[in-house]
Amino acid sequence: MNWEFIEKYLPLYQKAAVLTVKIGLLGIVFAILVGLVCAVVLYYRVNIARQIVSFYIELSRNTPLLVQLFFIYYGLPKIGFAMSAEQCGVAGIAFLGGSYMAEALRSGLESVEPIQRESAKSLGMNSVQTMRYVILPQAVSTSIPAFVANIIFLLKETSVFSAISLMDLMFTAKDLIGLYYKTTESLFLLVVFYLIILLPVSLLGSYVERRVRYAGFGS
Amino acid sequence: MLDLGLEVLFKGSNMLRLLQGLWVAVKISLISIAVSMPLGVVVGSLMTVKNKFIKLILRIYLETIRIMPQLVLLFIVYFGSTRALGWNLSGEVASIIVFVLWGAAEMGDLVRGALISIPKHQYESSKALGLSKVQTYIYIIIPQTVRRLVPLSINLITRMIKTTSLVLMIGVVEMLKVAQQIIEANRMVSPNASFGVFLVVFILYFLVCWPISMLARHLEKRWV
Repeated sequence: MNWEFIEKYLPLYQKAAVLTVKIGLLGIVFAILVGLVCAVVLYYRVNIARQIVSFYIELSRNTPLLVQLFFIYYGLPKIGFAMSAEQCGVAGIAFLGGSYMAEALRSGLESVEPIQRESAKSLGMNSVQTMRYVILPQAVSTSIPAFVANIIFLLKETSVFSAISLMDLMFTAKDLIGLYYKTTESLFLLVVFYLIILLPVSLLGSYVERRVRYAGFGS
Repeated sequence: MLDLGLEVLFKGSNMLRLLQGLWVAVKISLISIAVSMPLGVVVGSLMTVKNKFIKLILRIYLETIRIMPQLVLLFIVYFGSTRALGWNLSGEVASIIVFVLWGAAEMGDLVRGALISIPKHQYESSKALGLSKVQTYIYIIIPQTVRRLVPLSINLITRMIKTTSLVLMIGVVEMLKVAQQIIEANRMVSPNASFGVFLVVFILYFLVCWPISMLARHLEKRWV
């Protein structure tokens, strides 16, 4: 292990890690929004929109992120949708993650007992209020484990960003291996940085999971 | 009319080459699944034993594999192990090694989950009925475990097929690589080829994975 090499290229990895986290988190935020909309559409069985959403979910769950990114980054500009690599990364994570988040939230919504909705109605709440104050909080708390699993999954998936020439951790590692043939050091740094990103999320996830368990009143 | 660059696919044997690329991806995942399923059953059964030491070792194995992105594992085996141990690995062998390690860990966790989900009274009732230990497993426990397991492991297969798209990054010539080659070769004649070709790759992946996940969902509804 050559520590000088590690010290010299540490900043490069730091920059790459920041980029990975930035794009990953932004993508995840969009994925949650997409998932929320899709789940509500599925829950209320809105016609036509429901078919579109189900088709989208099947499409995004049954194709790899790498293929989606290639299509967004290299394919779409040919018909006039050009985006920067960063925007493509965010769009890719949002497209892939949206369906996973939607599924997680949908099963959460379905686990809320019908009596909750009826009680809210008898208290004089309208349907928006019922959703906002009664159904969603319970649904979200039941889907927290699935949410955390999805967030970790999506952060791991960001490793393919190097294929659309984003300077992320994989890109940096591959570059250094190619340039200096310092394989062990480059891979060591790669693993360390992924651990720095993923371990806290995983630990925080299991902590939150234990805390947010107020679902299931009246069941 | 909008030029979608689809005509490239009908030139020469381009479509056939794409499908061969798809076959490489499917072949890698089929081999890995065939090896990792039995391994996963062993790992999963071992996870339910009472020995603390075995449990700890397997736990570490599972968590290590799980927390790393598959691409990082591919890099470690393809670049790292070849450098450290001085052997030669083709990209395909490296990816099969990674997918087997990963598949065995995931499958092991599924088997463990299915085994501990069998309520204790199933064991007790069969004992009360006078069944021997072997009989209990053959007639009571294994049939129920398998029913819970099959849909989940079919899902694992689709995950694996999707993940094979990553082997492009360690130089295996699979569908995405072939697609890139086709686009490069026709850059001058049909500049829009990257739309059409990547669209077709997208659809082909969907056509492979979608029926498999439909089957998994169907079985899940019928059996659980």
